[in-house]
Amino acid sequence: MNPVTRITSRTAVLVDENIDTDRIIPARFLTTTTREGLGQRCFNDWRYLADGSDNPEFPLNRPEAKGCAILVAGRNFGCGSSREHAPWALLDYGIKAVLCSEIADIFRNNALKNGLVAIVLTADENRWLLAHPGIELTVDVAGQFIALPDGTRMHFTLEPFARHCLLEGVDQLGYLLQRSDAITRYEHQEHAA
Amino acid sequence: MSKTLFEKIWDAHVVAPETADTPATLYIDLHLVHEVTSPQAFDELRARGIKLRRPERTLATLDHSTPTLPPDATGERPYGTPAAKAQVAQLEKNTSAFGVTLHGWNSANRGIVHVIGPELGATQPGMTIVCGDSHTSTHGAFGALAFGIGTTEVGHVLATQCLLQRKPKTLAIVVDGKLPDGVAAKDLILHIIGVIGINGGTGHVIEYRGAAIEALTMEERMTVCNMSIEAGARAGLIAPDATTFAWLKGRPRAPQGADWDAAVAHWKQLHTDPGAHYDREVHIDAADVVPTVTWGTHPGTAIAMNAPVPAPRNAVDQRAQTYMHSVPGKPMQGTPVNVVFVGSCTNARLSDLRVAARILRGRHIATGIRMLVVPGSEQVRHDAEAEGLHQVFLAAGAEWRLPGCSMCIAMNGDSAKPGELVVSTSNRNFEGRQGKGVRTVLASPATAAASAVAGVIADPREYLKEAAA
Repeated sequence: MNPVTRITSRTAVLVDENIDTDRIIPARFLTTTTREGLGQRCFNDWRYLADGSDNPEFPLNRPEAKGCAILVAGRNFGCGSSREHAPWALLDYGIKAVLCSEIADIFRNNALKNGLVAIVLTADENRWLLAHPGIELTVDVAGQFIALPDGTRMHFTLEPFARHCLLEGVDQLGYLLQRSDAITRYEHQEHAA
Repeated sequence: MSKTLFEKIWDAHVVAPETADTPATLYIDLHLVHEVTSPQAFDELRARGIKLRRPERTLATLDHSTPTLPPDATGERPYGTPAAKAQVAQLEKNTSAFGVTLHGWNSANRGIVHVIGPELGATQPGMTIVCGDSHTSTHGAFGALAFGIGTTEVGHVLATQCLLQRKPKTLAIVVDGKLPDGVAAKDLILHIIGVIGINGGTGHVIEYRGAAIEALTMEERMTVCNMSIEAGARAGLIAPDATTFAWLKGRPRAPQGADWDAAVAHWKQLHTDPGAHYDREVHIDAADVVPTVTWGTHPGTAIAMNAPVPAPRNAVDQRAQTYMHSVPGKPMQGTPVNVVFVGSCTNARLSDLRVAARILRGRHIATGIRMLVVPGSEQVRHDAEAEGLHQVFLAAGAEWRLPGCSMCIAMNGDSAKPGELVVSTSNRNFEGRQGKGVRTVLASPATAAASAVAGVIADPREYLKEAAA
């Protein structure tokens, strides 16, 4: 994973609550055996009309939302399945951070492991951001704050290890493999018990 | 110190404790693998030249992308897409290359991953169990700590048999009293999710307890634990008891002989100690539960089928009601149905098929209705056919398919058409879950069967009474 320290972008906003992983990437696109190329299927059934053209009512299809790397979403984003295809699709689409007042556990885990910065804000902060689409924000992972255009900050907390891994680009599998001796000791103990 | 069931299992699996800076390293006893969420993980191991740490703790099956119609005369299976076929071939290749047992097409034990784990006795009390699938919570029915993980973590477990985890909080859901006659475990869990909400369990492991939970059969407990994730919970579990031990005894992977006695003695310790603390507690009265369905586009929209659909609280509810054509003030009962699906890791075990057959015996599904009955595993299919249940379904006008996830996830060729309303025994009613534009109403197998006969969402209790008479 490449280090992620700071993201500056205008925001794109999806006000809906409970945007589930089936909406982020419908299951019929999960027959892939790679991680790549899922961006074109991100939000597929919401984003495209039946004839394959862009749905003008999908907020991310609006011209002002194009190129935005920070997504602000309504409460409980990412609920549903454990498919890591959801963060893969968002990243491939160009989203680098998701800001929300509640984020589903498995999605958040998966997102952070792929460098998609999933940030939980207070309900008030989230409501304010939902009401102000398109403003430019800077997400500072090291300082754990979001800088607003007027210079004020919203503070957030990331799980310390996830934050460390984002900042340093730590390979978590490498970290676990280094614990091999402790795992072997555990396995021996377990058999002895 | 008094501990909860969850804490006992957690503590027994800590390889390295968590600190302020790092999560715990947690040992995983059983890793279940299927074709959809594993290929990228095997590729990662291949790229790094790593072998599986404990292949014997890994069990694979084919379920999500597999067609449920039989092969043609040449043996060719009717895959939904070439990609689905390639994905299945990839798991066959990966399990062979990495030395993992695969219950593939030729296995008499192939089936939905959360059906075959228990069936084989691989799922046991006190274990930590993971799978790249959110419905892994099913295995919690046996008093195991079982949860879904992403593909990166699938790679972690393949390579190290461990995961990096922060300890979740605990939520006790105490269900007092007795479920009324004709009310199913599915109605209970839908009711619970309706009460605590789709995010009511986020960050928590649920322990279901109380008289109504203790009275459930193992298959009913699996239905309840299966949907823990639909309330956002990491996992859901139930303390093992005599019901659990009787169900497991003699299964192929369960301990045998003296090992069995030792295991049961250990498993009997796996309960929450008196005075142990939960972070939260919720009480539910089983007597309040009636046949329950959903009106919206997530499982938290569960209500009694005869209760009025609530007025929309916001634009999100409005969107859901527009999508579902559900009408505020009007009950879901009586809503016309197009398709009925009995299947999935929630409700495709033998007892689920028996109750559906009890309602369909001597009856026919309504004109214009399409009904799919999809057993959860080859074993369930075999047992159901031995009892003649398939004949009941076929005589009633339903289709009897091969095991798999089928229309629960609609990535295998089984789906409904845009606008169709499906009464489904599965676990998710998200927009597009069963096909683009498809409207899903979650229900128990009994409600599904009764609705197929009536052609509209129907209360199964009248049908069950007549069937008993």
